[in-house]
Amino acid sequence: MIGRLRHMLIKEFIQVFRDKRARFFLFGPPIIQMLIFGYAATLEIKHVPTAIVDYDNSQVSRDLISRFTASRYFDVRHRLADSRQIAAVIERGDAVLAIQINAGFARRVRKGQVAHVQVIVDSSNSNTALVGLGYVNEVTGAFAGDYQLETLQRTSPLAIARMPKIVLDRRPWYNTDMSSQWFFVPGVIGNLLLVIVMTLTAFAVVREREIGTLEQIMVTPIRRAEFILGKTIPFFLIGLFDALLISSVGTLWFKVPLRGSLAVLTLGTVLFLFCVLGIGLFISTVSLTQQQAMVTGFFFIMPSIIFSGFGSPISSMPTFLQYLTYINPMRYYQTVLRGIYLKGVGLEALWPHLAAMALIGGVMLTISILRFHKSLE
Amino acid sequence: MTGVPYTIEVHELTKSFSGVVAVDHLSFSISKGEIFGLVGPDGAGKTTVMRMLAGVMAPDSGGAVVAGCDVVASPESAKQRLSYMPQRFGLYEDLTVDENIGFYAKIFGVKAAARDERAARLLAAAGMSEFRSRLAGKLSGGMKQKLGLVCALIHTPEVLLLDEPTNGVDPVSRRDFWCILYSLLNEGVTILVTTAYLDEAERCHRIALMHEGRMLFCDTPARLKANLPGAVLSIVTSQPREISERLAGQSGVSSVMIVGDGLHLMVGDAATLIPQLKEIIAAAGLSYESIEQVAPTVEDLFVEAVTGTMRGMEQ
Ligand SMILES: Nc1ncnc2c1ncn2[C@@H]1O[C@H](COP(=O)(O)OP(=O)(O)O)[C@@H](O)[C@H]1O
Ligand SMILES: [Mg+2]
Repeated sequence: MIGRLRHMLIKEFIQVFRDKRARFFLFGPPIIQMLIFGYAATLEIKHVPTAIVDYDNSQVSRDLISRFTASRYFDVRHRLADSRQIAAVIERGDAVLAIQINAGFARRVRKGQVAHVQVIVDSSNSNTALVGLGYVNEVTGAFAGDYQLETLQRTSPLAIARMPKIVLDRRPWYNTDMSSQWFFVPGVIGNLLLVIVMTLTAFAVVREREIGTLEQIMVTPIRRAEFILGKTIPFFLIGLFDALLISSVGTLWFKVPLRGSLAVLTLGTVLFLFCVLGIGLFISTVSLTQQQAMVTGFFFIMPSIIFSGFGSPISSMPTFLQYLTYINPMRYYQTVLRGIYLKGVGLEALWPHLAAMALIGGVMLTISILRFHKSLE
Repeated sequence: MTGVPYTIEVHELTKSFSGVVAVDHLSFSISKGEIFGLVGPDGAGKTTVMRMLAGVMAPDSGGAVVAGCDVVASPESAKQRLSYMPQRFGLYEDLTVDENIGFYAKIFGVKAAARDERAARLLAAAGMSEFRSRLAGKLSGGMKQKLGLVCALIHTPEVLLLDEPTNGVDPVSRRDFWCILYSLLNEGVTILVTTAYLDEAERCHRIALMHEGRMLFCDTPARLKANLPGAVLSIVTSQPREISERLAGQSGVSSVMIVGDGLHLMVGDAATLIPQLKEIIAAAGLSYESIEQVAPTVEDLFVEAVTGTMRGMEQ
């Protein structure tokens, strides 16, 4: 048993390291994805392209505009003379936001009347639109507050002391700079392990079916368990190696702190790999060709990532989808990853997630092994 | 049982795929040291028989005993003692010749010393000694097939099941291939081979003609030919299609088949028919090089058997 398994493993490793595509899979995606998520993907919205129409042309309106140009959240690209030009600029995508200050703005502000600032926003990207509007609100609010303060200072300085004031003391826990790199880098480990280990496992078995070696293997005395272990152990080890590679880049390059226990992180990774190997084997039992395996794999990968809380939080999904995420092993792994990396929590907080992965992994592997017959048909 | 130790015994073996009967109550026996050919057109059910004997496919009913093991009841039991080379032998194309051989040797638990000695001998017989470190994917079709055979033989099986082993293989490799097979017979190996090449079937001790899952007949090539009713005429011509249209259905001609250089006719009495046929062809303004009686080939047997069965069904 051990002898045959060992030879099966030797063969698999020779094949993996000889196959250019598989070799690329080991190092390429981890590095590329790390760079993408480390640098490009960000939740913060900055430099919103903005157009401004100023019909008032007063000192006050120019003051307000200078606040927009000074803010790093806005990139004032266009100063338009006519509000009819706004539509064209937004349609071309040259601006997401247009701010229009009407004539009489300064007069109304000085009289303490309601002064309108019109904001037109391209809400085809609803998130940017929403965040952009929030920034506009903040800038104009601050402007109004400061103007009021200045006026009071000139007329009745004593009243200032009696003015009620609420200051928001932001104290973000865990990720004090609210850096999205910190948020994404641990999550990427989960995505990469899923994509790499699942595809490699499914492909390795399906390729044998496709080139006919599976039929050949079936007539040898090799046992089902030996074949399956021989096919999964290499990818399990590769998964662990990739996890180490990615987390090293995260820690050494992006300086994401690893606050919790490495042992618990390893345990979580091992359990997650069981789930992924189970899914990979399952795909191989329902696919006759590598192409089918690819399509089936895609069917698993997309929802696994979307419904894991990797990008958008599970709590903002519709309720029935939230229930669906409970069968998604990635959901638990993401919690474990961020819990250990950013919060530094340990077994006492994470054990339910680890247990869930153990359960799902056990079920997936059992189903796949039972489905895998040492016969044709 | 009459006491003859058959190495392969097939009894009423049946298998259908979603209503289509692929193998239909098939029975035959093969003795130790015999090379037995299963001949038939595509879809006859040859591969299905092989798979059931190799224990990778369960029959619907019937029994099969291979090397003393009941492969229907316990498919794993015979695996150490037989070797099955599927129609498309699965080589690992990204492994070298030696690595492929080594892998199969290890899976079968062949000791290193025995493996090296046997691999060297088999590779020499296959004329592949100098390609041992070449990737299997870089070999020619014939070489791949021979490497498949070497892998299949590395654990010294008692029974060898070969499914169309020389399909698409060049003549030189085919000759090497058959040389190896004959040398195995001397070692007492029992071989079941399927083939679509009828000239190859004549090299078997016995052949069985299979058609639509059933066996039409089974005997030695010589006896089958001797029992063939009537004679075979060969017409060498460059107008086979035209001549065959004239002669089909002619009284005394039971079948017409187009072959490489002309036509083969199955006839009742050659001596009286030859002059008549010459007249018919000349009257139609067609030309030929020669008409003469020839020894029947397995192909003639097959055509006669199949058309015979169809005539039987029409009545
Ligand atoms: N796995 C299968 N599923 C469905 N039908 C099959 C399968 N294998 C063979 N058949 C059918 O069984 C018949 C016999 O096929 P096969 O044994 O491959 O014949 P041969 O090897 O003589 O060409 C064919 O009609 C074929 O379509
Ligand atoms: Mg076949």
